[in-house]
Amino acid sequence: MSRRRGLAALLGPPLLWLVVAYLGALAVIFATAFWTTDPFTNQVVRTFTLENFADLFSPTYLRIIGRTLLIAALVTVLCIAIAVPLAFFMARVAPRRLRGLLLAAVLVPLWASYLVKAYAWRTMVQPDGVLDNAFGATPGYGFGALVLTLTYLWLPYMVLPVYAAFERLPETHLEASADLGARPLATFRRVVVPALLPAIAAGSIFTFSLSLGDYIAVQIVGGKLQVLGTAVLQNITLDLPFAAALGTVSALIMVLYLLAVRRTGALDNL
Amino acid sequence: MRLGRGAKIALTAFATVVFTFIYVPILVVTLNSFNSDRTFGWPPPGFTTQWWNLALQAQGPRDALLVSVKAGLGATAIALVLGTLLALALSRFDFFGKHAISILVVLPIALPGIVTGIALQSVIQNLLTPVFGIGAGLFTIIVGHATFCIVLIFNNVTARLRRMGGSLEQASADLGARPFTTFRRVTFPLLRSSLLAGALLAFALSFDEIVVTTFTAGPDSQTLPIWIFNNLFRPNQAPVVNVVAVVLIIVSIVPVWLAQRLAGADAAESRI
Amino acid sequence: MRSSKIKGFGAVAAVAVLALAGCGSSADSGSTGASAAPGGMQVPNLKAMDKLGTPEGEVNVLAWPGYVEDGSNDPAVDWVSDFEKSSGCKVNVKTFGTSDEAVQLMRTGQYDTVSASGDATLRLIAAGDVEPVNTSLVTNYPDIFESLKMKPWNSVNGVPYGIPHGRGANLLMYRTDLVKPAPDSWGAVFDKAGAQAGKVTAYDSPIYIADAALYLMATKPELGIKDPYALDETQLAAAVDLLKAQKANISEYWSDYLKEVQAFKSGSSTIGTTWQVIANVAKGEKAPVEAVLPKEGATGWSDTWMVGAKSQHKTCAYKFIDHIVSPKVNAQIAEYFGEAPANKKACAETADKNHCTVFHAEDEEYFSKVRYWNTPISTCLDGRTDVKCTDYAAWTKAWTEIRNS
Repeated sequence: MSRRRGLAALLGPPLLWLVVAYLGALAVIFATAFWTTDPFTNQVVRTFTLENFADLFSPTYLRIIGRTLLIAALVTVLCIAIAVPLAFFMARVAPRRLRGLLLAAVLVPLWASYLVKAYAWRTMVQPDGVLDNAFGATPGYGFGALVLTLTYLWLPYMVLPVYAAFERLPETHLEASADLGARPLATFRRVVVPALLPAIAAGSIFTFSLSLGDYIAVQIVGGKLQVLGTAVLQNITLDLPFAAALGTVSALIMVLYLLAVRRTGALDNL
Repeated sequence: MRLGRGAKIALTAFATVVFTFIYVPILVVTLNSFNSDRTFGWPPPGFTTQWWNLALQAQGPRDALLVSVKAGLGATAIALVLGTLLALALSRFDFFGKHAISILVVLPIALPGIVTGIALQSVIQNLLTPVFGIGAGLFTIIVGHATFCIVLIFNNVTARLRRMGGSLEQASADLGARPFTTFRRVTFPLLRSSLLAGALLAFALSFDEIVVTTFTAGPDSQTLPIWIFNNLFRPNQAPVVNVVAVVLIIVSIVPVWLAQRLAGADAAESRI
Repeated sequence: MRSSKIKGFGAVAAVAVLALAGCGSSADSGSTGASAAPGGMQVPNLKAMDKLGTPEGEVNVLAWPGYVEDGSNDPAVDWVSDFEKSSGCKVNVKTFGTSDEAVQLMRTGQYDTVSASGDATLRLIAAGDVEPVNTSLVTNYPDIFESLKMKPWNSVNGVPYGIPHGRGANLLMYRTDLVKPAPDSWGAVFDKAGAQAGKVTAYDSPIYIADAALYLMATKPELGIKDPYALDETQLAAAVDLLKAQKANISEYWSDYLKEVQAFKSGSSTIGTTWQVIANVAKGEKAPVEAVLPKEGATGWSDTWMVGAKSQHKTCAYKFIDHIVSPKVNAQIAEYFGEAPANKKACAETADKNHCTVFHAEDEEYFSKVRYWNTPISTCLDGRTDVKCTDYAAWTKAWTEIRNS
């Protein structure tokens, strides 16, 4: 059997699946973004137009896109800020026999439905709710509550790869650095961070993309906030082409993000 | 890295705060499953076990659980086959377009679910139903889930293959084994634990997926997250949903424990 | 894939060309023509069933949550299992959260029947997603309140498109301890909303624009609004301005009722639109709230069971609808969901003998103040012919603009 035939046999089925079932579907929806709808029945009419994309550049939608990017970025930064020290503690500081348990403790909440957890956050931030009782203050429904809730929901997706990276980091590298006279902070910056970057980038693909596309948590804790996800949702039934145009924007943002993080080796760390 | 005592204490304190942050909402859910207020008003006005009784009798969540398990198993099985094939192709061969494929395989999980969802829905409505007579249902849910699960298997297997190198397979081939025999006798046994780890992750992801599922589910296929979504907003049903969530957390200890065992055997690379 | 364009105008007809283009999704294969009847609306030529056949074995139902309960959520709440046994039709239920979602799901052609609100019905009819119904095949039809039959949202050009299910009004709810004096006007959520700044709630749908229009009808007669679902450009703009001003005082928009009950209990919302059932649940959980029908009247809903044009299970669909509007079942649903039943005889069947009084089922005077949800179309529903009215798509754009402002 020639190598070429072997490659074709291996590559054929998965590529056929991804290209036909996935790229094909995406292509259809992106093409839809160039069509219009009938004003009354809201059905798609195949008349070419660029209007959907022109509408995207109105101040209203630019604001929504900007706001959504800000939320996704904030959530990602918060997740990194929490996950790195936590994963370090779990992998390097906690007693060895506790490590598995701690990892399980991060994972178990993933199995409680994400909707249920989002609703629990309603109770957390409401007036006289848990946060209010504990700290005497609450952000209330809106931007702050949404960022907090999304950070909560996606945190495990950041902790996992970072924890794995810390586990992989050989103790000898750290010791060598210390032996060479580096203080812990310098060791962290010179040795740990480079080893961590691909893992952080991998985690950020999840936190960023999940925040970018969320439309459910925002309806539960977001008050009157409008984000890209809710804008897509509102338009799906009434103006599918415009929803598709909004979807194309978020897809484009993610593709750019992927290309940017690919250089760190993040894609192997998912 | 030698940490000072202060740094260790600070890290421990930080981790304690984070774990509190993770578990307080779970505690809220658990308390609400005993909250006598139908709309789980806070603070709970009283204690009741009626939601637990109701949940134990209800057929709805059990049926939905069954659909979820079927969908998860189906999607995982497809992802296992396709992900492994792709990992073997990309690790063992060099060819034009390799990098494009490595992006393509990540895409389904990286693009927002709502985009994948409406894309698949329009294919179901415009192609599958009118041309092939396949409506939205369990089959379309499995197709959707399998698509974003491929990458999980792919990455686990790729990592393992990279570590294994090709020498064992080379030896097998040199000894006259045909490619399939080599795969069955050499490669597969070596991949087994990473396949299991990837499969668990894929199953978990499929099990809690709601966005893509919303757009691919039909009238007779309600997964557990969809059931939760449909019932969470109704005062008479919402407390029952809290019970289901608590049960899920408790039951989930099994797969997480299983994953731990696997990871323990192979801590360095498993991503569970 | 076909695309059948229907041209021509009705008598009243400043209607834009209704293009029934199908992404294969909606236009029925048998219908390429249109009936240009004098009502002004263009509808595909579809025929109602003449007689029932043999039950097909199953029926796929699209319903508001709480309308179709088969005991799977609570064994005590079940009005489907007996029907399944007696009719031989297995019932598969899918619930939806908003009228838009209902329209979209119905468009997949996978559902045989739908409980559609007035802001969905005309869209379904115009797109050929649903067909006329033969009311003589529904044995309980004669017992349905006359005031609900053959209305603009459930019939077109004198042809019935569905069977009424139940009705209710969108009321004004407020916290009795925090809102004083007790409001009796929608002004409390519009012009005087500042008194409850950051605590006002509103329904999250384009159809809420009608609530603003209803208020303007009473307070700004110079705008000349006669029907809150028939707004010309100027009138719509006035309603949009009112809603944009209101937004500054909004805490959150609601579409699910658990969220609203919680918000009123915790006090994060103190005043806003509600349904009777929400007010009842909130009171049941001891929230100090009251719901009133303000002096300007209110918008409301009257839901309709419709039959899918592409249905493969029409006999089962008719049998199911007949079952749902039968006195006993209609009473059960009305009580479980919290609305006024459509069947006159249902009032004698409710477990709580006061139910029909609480929900004003037989109180025609009460409902005379209710403007039921209807789908705005470009032919003005109030009969004006000198202007074009704004259609639902324009309302949606306006609503997105309000939400994003």
